[in-house]
Order: sequence, then C-alpha cells, then structure tokens
Amino acid sequence: MALRLSRPPKPLHLIALGGALTFTLAACGGSSSPSATGDGAGDGASASGECAAYSQYGDLKGKTVSVYTSIVTPEDTPQIDSYKPFEKCTGATVKYEGDKAFETQVLVRAKAGNPPDIAYVPQPGLLAQLVSTGKAVEAPKEVSDNVDKFWSKDWKGYSTIDGKFYGAPLGANFKSLVWYSPKMFKDKGYQIPTTLDELQALSEKIAADGKSKPWCAGIASGEATGWVITDWMEDMMLRLSGPEEYDKWVKHEIAFNSPGPTAALDKVGSILKNDKFVNGGLGNVKSIATTTFQDGGLPILDGDCYMHRQASFYAANWPEGTKVAEDGDVFAFALPGVTADSKPALGGGEFVLAFSDRPEVKAFQTYLSTDTWANNKAKASPLGGWISANKGLDVNNLVSPIDKLATSVLQDPNAVFRFDGSDAMPAAIGSNAFWKQATSWITGQSTKDTVDKIEAAWPK
Amino acid sequence: METTDKIVKMLEAILLFAAVVGIILFLASRVRGKKGDKAVAALFLLPTAVMVLVGLVYPGARTIYESLFDAAGSTFIGLDNYQTIFTSSDQLTVLRNTVLWVVVTPFVATAIGLLYAILIDKARIEAFAKALIFLPMAISFVGASIIWKFVYEFRPEQGDIKQIGLLNQVMIWLGFSPHQWLINSPGNTFFLIIIMIWIQAGFAMTVLSAAIKAIPEDIVEAARLDGVKAIGMFRFVTVPSIRPALIVVLTTIGIGTLKVFDIVRTVTGGQFDTSVIANEFYSQSFRSDNQGLGAALAVMLFLLVIPIVVYNIRQLRSAEAR
Amino acid sequence: MTTAGAALPMTTTPTIAALETASGKAKKRLTSRWASLAAAVIALLWTIPTFGLAISSIRPERQIKTTGWWTFFSDPQVTLDNYRTVLSSEGSTGLGAYFVNSFIIVIPSVLIPISLAALAAYAFAWIEFRGRNLLFVIVFALQIVPIQVTLIPLLTLYVKAGLAGTFWSIWISHSIFALPLAIFLLHNFMREIPKELVEAARMDGAGHVQIFFKVLLPLLTPALAAIGIFQFLWVWNDLLVALTFAGGGNSVAPLTKALADLSGTRGNAYHLLTAGAFVSIIVPIAVFLSLQRYFVRGLLAGGLKG
Repeated sequence: MALRLSRPPKPLHLIALGGALTFTLAACGGSSSPSATGDGAGDGASASGECAAYSQYGDLKGKTVSVYTSIVTPEDTPQIDSYKPFEKCTGATVKYEGDKAFETQVLVRAKAGNPPDIAYVPQPGLLAQLVSTGKAVEAPKEVSDNVDKFWSKDWKGYSTIDGKFYGAPLGANFKSLVWYSPKMFKDKGYQIPTTLDELQALSEKIAADGKSKPWCAGIASGEATGWVITDWMEDMMLRLSGPEEYDKWVKHEIAFNSPGPTAALDKVGSILKNDKFVNGGLGNVKSIATTTFQDGGLPILDGDCYMHRQASFYAANWPEGTKVAEDGDVFAFALPGVTADSKPALGGGEFVLAFSDRPEVKAFQTYLSTDTWANNKAKASPLGGWISANKGLDVNNLVSPIDKLATSVLQDPNAVFRFDGSDAMPAAIGSNAFWKQATSWITGQSTKDTVDKIEAAWPK
Repeated sequence: METTDKIVKMLEAILLFAAVVGIILFLASRVRGKKGDKAVAALFLLPTAVMVLVGLVYPGARTIYESLFDAAGSTFIGLDNYQTIFTSSDQLTVLRNTVLWVVVTPFVATAIGLLYAILIDKARIEAFAKALIFLPMAISFVGASIIWKFVYEFRPEQGDIKQIGLLNQVMIWLGFSPHQWLINSPGNTFFLIIIMIWIQAGFAMTVLSAAIKAIPEDIVEAARLDGVKAIGMFRFVTVPSIRPALIVVLTTIGIGTLKVFDIVRTVTGGQFDTSVIANEFYSQSFRSDNQGLGAALAVMLFLLVIPIVVYNIRQLRSAEAR
Repeated sequence: MTTAGAALPMTTTPTIAALETASGKAKKRLTSRWASLAAAVIALLWTIPTFGLAISSIRPERQIKTTGWWTFFSDPQVTLDNYRTVLSSEGSTGLGAYFVNSFIIVIPSVLIPISLAALAAYAFAWIEFRGRNLLFVIVFALQIVPIQVTLIPLLTLYVKAGLAGTFWSIWISHSIFALPLAIFLLHNFMREIPKELVEAARMDGAGHVQIFFKVLLPLLTPALAAIGIFQFLWVWNDLLVALTFAGGGNSVAPLTKALADLSGTRGNAYHLLTAGAFVSIIVPIAVFLSLQRYFVRGLLAGGLKG
C-alpha cells in the first residue's frame, strides 16, 4: 500500500508559503548556528531579518517538542502553520497532537507519567488538577515577563496556583455576544440594545410584533450538555452583582444558593424559560435541552428567531456561504450591561502548561507567549475564528469582523473582563453538577432547587 | 514511521508471539501421562494468567482499595462512598436505570437474534440477511450516535420546519404531533436501550446461528418424521440443543450491558435521569475528579455481576454432573 | 444435545404421523411465508437507521442539517463532497495513514488473544486439575473490570518498560481485555465436543498438544471465526485503548481517532461523520462476509460423524 502519512511532506508547504521562506530555510539549513547570526553573504539581509526575533531561542536543531491539545480539524492547520517560523529559524520540530478527548486523556497521561511536553489547557480548573499531579513545571521567567507585558493582570491570575505561575494564555474567546440578523433588525427598525432593560424591552417588542420569537438556544453537547446555561448565568452574575461578587461566587466565598447567583439564574430564566421568548424555530422551552448548541442559532438564518447568545467561536458554525459582517447575513453585538457605559466581558481561553523544562520546551513556551506568535497565528488563520487577549496582537492582522470586534473588547482597558467561572470552579461543579442541574432547570426544575443542589454538591 | 516499517514491526511481533506459543507447545508435548497433565495445564494457562493478573486483577484490586478513600484519594473514609451511592436520589436513579438495562437488554436482544437466526436458517439469501442484522455491530459508536440522532431528533411543528428524526416524521405521517423522546424519564431509558438491542442482536444472531447449524441433522429429521411442527421444533429441539449457547449469549450481553456507557454518554450525556453506573463511574472518575466515588461505582459493577457469575457456576456444575 | 431426542413426543402412530407430515408440508409453506415476512420486518427495522445514514452521507451539509434524509427521495440532491473531504489526503483530514495503523493494530490484537484463549480454554475444558472451575469462573468474571480503571496502572507500566506510544502497548492491552470473553466463549464451544472423541484420541496415545491440533482445532473453526470477528470489530472500533496508549502523536493512531476528530473542535461537522462512518464500516463487513463460509451448516456435526 503506497499510502502516505497524514502530514504532507515539508517541501510542499514551503512552496505554498512562497519563495522568501524557502530562501529562509536554505539559510537555516545551511548553517549549524542560528540563522539570525548569519553565516555568510549567501544568507542575505532578509533571511536574518526574518529570523532575528528567534535568535534568543538559540540553536535547537534536532530537538522535538510535543504538543497535546483539544484543537482538532479544521482549527489545527492554522495552529501548526503558526509554528513554522519558529521551526524554521531554530531548527526544532514541533510534534502536534490534537485530540477530542483531550480533557480526560491528558489527566490519565499525566498521572501515568507519560505527559506531553506541552499541553494547551482550556480550563483553569483542569490546570489546577494537572498541577496537583506534580508532573507540571512552573513557567520560565521569560514567559512570566511576557505575560506581564502583553496581558492584563487578571489573566496571569488564572494560571497562578499557590503563588506559582504556570502558563501563559494562548487563544481566547469572547462569550458575551448576541448574534442577530442585521437585515431583519433593519427591516423591522429594531435598535441594538445598550442596556439589559433595553434588551428586555426589545424581546417583549419582538414577541408582541410577529410570529417569530426573539430568542433561540440549544444546550445539548453530549456529556457536557448544559454548559451553555452556565455561560448565560455567568454573564448575568457579572452584570447584576458586579465583578467582585462574581469572583467570590467562583471561589465559593459566597454560597451558590445565596441571593446574588439566584437572581442571576432567575434573570436567565426570564429569557430562556419564557415561552413567549423561546425557542424560535426550535420548539418550546424544553426543546432547548435537546437542541445541540451548534444548531441553537441557525434559525436566525431562516428568519425564525432574532437573537442567539453565544461566544465568538460560533462564527465558525454558520454554514458555508453565510456572510458574517455588520452588513451581512449575521453579526453580533456585545451583550449589554445594566448601564450603557458598563462593559462587562466574559471570556475563556487556553493556557500553555509545560511538563518539562528542557531548553527547547522553554523556548517554544516563550515563543507562544510573544506578540510575534500572536500575530503569526492571526496571519496563519485566513478564515478567522481565532482571537487572543495578547495586547501585542495587531487587530489589523485579523480578517473577520467578528474577531476584530471581540479582540477590541478584550484589549479595551475599560472593559471589565472575567474568565468563564464554571471553568475555574472545582471539576465536581464546573464539569458536572452545574451542567447537570442547569439542564434539569431548563426542563422544569425551579431556580431554588437548582442552586440548592449545586451548593450541596460543592466539594467540602 | 513509514508504512513498510510498521508492517515489518507487526510481522516481527507476530513472529515473536508465534515463537512464544511454539515454545509452550513444544514443552507441553514433551510431558506425557496423567502426571504431566498439571504441567500442561500450567503451561497453557501461564501467558493468560500473567496478562490477566497484571492487566485486570491488579487494577481491579486497586479500584476496590481506592473506593474506600475520598475524592482526592488521600483520606480513608471507609464506606462513605457506598453510602452516597445508596442514599443520594441521583445515584438511586442511576441504580434503577442500570437494573432496567440489564434486565431488558440481554433478553430482548437474544430473543430477536434467536428468532431471526431461525427464520433465515437455510434461506437462499442467508448470508446477505445475516449481514443486515450484523451491520449495527460493525458500526462504531460515533457512527451509531449519528444514526440514532437521525431517528430521535426533534423539531417543532411550526412554519415550514422539517423533521430530521425519522421517528417524529412517522408520528406526523400517522397524524400525531412530534414528541421529544429523550427528555421524559423513565421512558427515555427505553429509547436508549433500543440502541443497545439494535447493536447486540447481531451478536446473538451470529452465535446462535452457528449453534443452530451444529444441531445434528438426524435429530431434526427424526423430529420432523414424528410430526413435530415449527413451534414444537423450536421448543423441543432447537432450544434444548442450543441451551449452552443461549446461556453464553445472555451472559455476554448482560455483562456488556452493565459496562456500556458510550450510548448514554453520546446520546443524552447521562442527563434527564438516564445515567447508568458505568456512565456515572466514568463521569465521577474523569470529569468530576472524584476518584473515590468513581472507584466505588466501579466496585458496584463488580457486585452486580455476581448473580450472573453464580448462575454460570451452577450451569457448569450441572453440566459436569451429567 | 442428548436432551433433545428425549424430549420429543413419540406417541403418534406411523399413519397419523404420515398424514400430519403431509398437512405439515402445506402448513410449513404457510408458516414459511409468515416466517419470511417476520424476517423481512426485522431486517427492515434493523437496516432503516443505517440506510438513513447512508443516504445522509451523500447529501449536502445544509440539507442534512435542515431536512430529514427521506426528503432525498422527493428532492434528490447528491454530492460526494463529504466523502471527498473525508478521504482527501491533503491536510490533516486524510485517512490513508490511519487505515494502515488500524490494520497494524488489529491483526496482532486478534491473533494473540485468540491463540492464548484457545490454549487456556483447552486447559479449562479438557485437563483435570484442582481449582479448575474456580479459576475459570474468576477469569470469566474479569470481563466486568471496566477498561477505564486499568488505564492508569497499565500506562504507568508501559512508561516504565519504554513501551508507551508504541504499537506494543496497544497490542498487549487489547489482548488482555479480550482474554476473559474469548476464553469464556471458546470454553463453551470446546465442552460441546463429545468426551468420547477426546478420550478415544487419548487411548491412541495422543498427547494434549496433538489432541488440541488434530481433534479440536478442526471442529472449532466456526467458533474461532465467530470470536475472531467479534474481536476484530471491537479492536477496529476501539477509540479509548488506542487514545490512551498510542499517546504522543498520530503516527500510531487508528482510524477511529481520525473519525472522532472529523466532527471538528466544536463538533459541528457531523455531516462528515456520516461519510466517515461508512468508510470505516467497509472493512468489518468485508471480514464478516469472507468469514461467513466457515459457518457452514453442520460443520461441527459432520466432523463428529467422520
């Protein structure tokens, strides 16, 4: 069988990337020292210019760094492509492994003593679990410095455990978005709401106006069914109770069934459990439980629904040919706060956790925490769908309007940013009880029973 | 690694394994007589014993030990985890569902497999007919979950929205309105069990068909000459003849059902009161980070299999007595 | 088998029996018509869901996600895009290398446990030793140990032995997990072989090895074929074992891993899974059909007479 391995041979990629890079490779390959130092007239200025930013990593020829992530097709290709400059200039090889079962497998591998060099961990809670296996290593000083430089302070806190800093943020997503059809809004003369009250009023108006309902939603997601509601509740908690209370809630300094969280869930209920408001094009309230989160917003395209609250990554979910832009088929506005000038932003993201302190691992880790990588990644994502809270990321390198919108909020120094709370709660809550009770809640359980049961499940 | 390298590696492995088996057989053929029996038995069982001890007995024992500890696996808490299983209402629902699964699946799947094996026996298109029922077994769980999505999926009856799930489309054709099959407990558990039956009937059919074909022709002929009709043939010839195979099939499907969690996990994620022990074990161990409770749930599986084991011991004894 | 003859009603006189056989034939044709119908109904019920998947796999994404597959018959829109994407060898979605890996994984993972199980089942069925039944029951009860509890201990062991991330770890693990069921099934088949046959061979001075190869093995072909198919399927469709032990790159990962990843990071590309499922099902079905000739009628019984 003359079957080839899944990754195309390197030369193909080089051709695709164009002559300049081929030239760079020749420069790198020809010298045993890092190409940035140059080794003769043949290199040319452009080659050392290309690699100048990588000279700090030294010569890593023949060294391999293994990376294990939950990012699979099609998002893996831009990831792999964004490592190419690093590989070319340092000579190191990055071995990428994407896996849909990452979240359980990475724990098994760490506990059994077979961890990858680097893992991209999507939740602070999981990061803490991995650190507690004793196999993870602290981030090097270079990474720490980069994070101080390029990220706001709260981001560093999410991967700091017992005063030790473990990993820089990688990608991010922005969750406080409401997707809508600009055309439908225009036809009906609806304005984008700037406060929560306006949002409520708009929902009432849409419900009263026509046959289509204002909201559509779906929370089914296999074993993770229910997470969509946790995002909703976090957004409302952040808005109604403010960031300080939000932090206390996540850290369990206030009880899950205390008034703040209860009011937040009730607020979600005023939309999602309101038969007048949902579930546009999908059925009644209960249909939210069985509709997959991927399908949850699609009725907007058919005019059966006006609004869908979902994170920036939902952009990838619209069928091919859908124009995602302010003048296109769908676009999104930021979920408003209580007042027009408050800008609470809920988001998530991955963190780079290392299990080895070999020089090449440190070097790659450092590379990922730079603005160089963030911009390389943006350029390697011609279809968009990727953002970062790295302040060194030039918004102009992003292609899609929704990515630009989300990044500008993440980089806005006035925005109150908070990380997805359920991801930071203990696993027994954040990836079990919260999801499960939220699902029971949408199928009929009362708000009080729901928050009581989650409180009772909190590990003592 | 290139493809040829991989194939070479595989051939090496097979040769190495063949050499090991060859040595065992060679040694076994050297010992003779009644006294040698023990030596032969030991030789034949040695590789199995080593693998099973390392790969199953040791992890199993470790699990029992871990079930007496707390979530982090650091503090000894005695039987608290078991108390949780038997007192929390969520866990009791899990137990109830597991019992439903184990009682319904093996019998229905075996009955259908047996019926089908008899019906198509000697049919002209037997091979093809068997392949049809066998098909679900060959489909991965990922495939099966999509297949059943296209059966149970719900879309509301409004505007020009079309059904995607076949079952609801049939409801509409029959003049009813679409229904959400997977939400209401305990009915939803039955809809999940149907998927397992759909998969396992092929196993039952294959094994039972082989057993039916092993019934000596003269017995069947004699019975026919005696005027035994189809139903009598089934009761007095077929079933008694394939009784051992029936027990094997019931036992195997029973144990498989106890362990199944992929169906629940992919279709409902254990929501809407559909979770079973195997699924709960998985989510406590790998999602909730509650090692102790996860281990205790695994031990519950060990306990639930005991009745099946006892029944098989009885069968062994009575077979030996004969 | 002996009980069957005893249970037959022997009361009818020859003439009545002859009459009844005549009417029985007419009735048989009638029942066989009903039988065919019943068989057809079962076959239909069992096949329709898969048929729906087959139709879906050649429909465009938007169609799959908004209308039922039966719409295909009133509004046929055919596309091979799903298959093209799944099979394309460009980028990370190509399946070729994974196909090879699946074969490399599955062949030893079927051969090893079945050979070992045959030896063990023979010992349990035909060699007398103390504690035999107890040992057998323990082995068979081990089927219940969930694979998940073995993952961390086994992987720790493989890491220490330097086997982690190689095919060896996958082959050994699959073999371990297969042994209890394979021994249980083979033991059952072996015990159905009449004692006299084995004893006669022993009288002729045959040792256990000769009896195993000359007497039992030919009779066990259908059983071995059946168990071989099941083990093949289990390994072919396995994701968990391969994921855990093949860790560290896609160079040893099987087809199922590639198929699971097809649905995308967000799980929204399930239209690709429809085609992927069919690509992966071809091999098991081919194996089933090719092994079917071993389930020939009366193979076991015929062997006994000869």
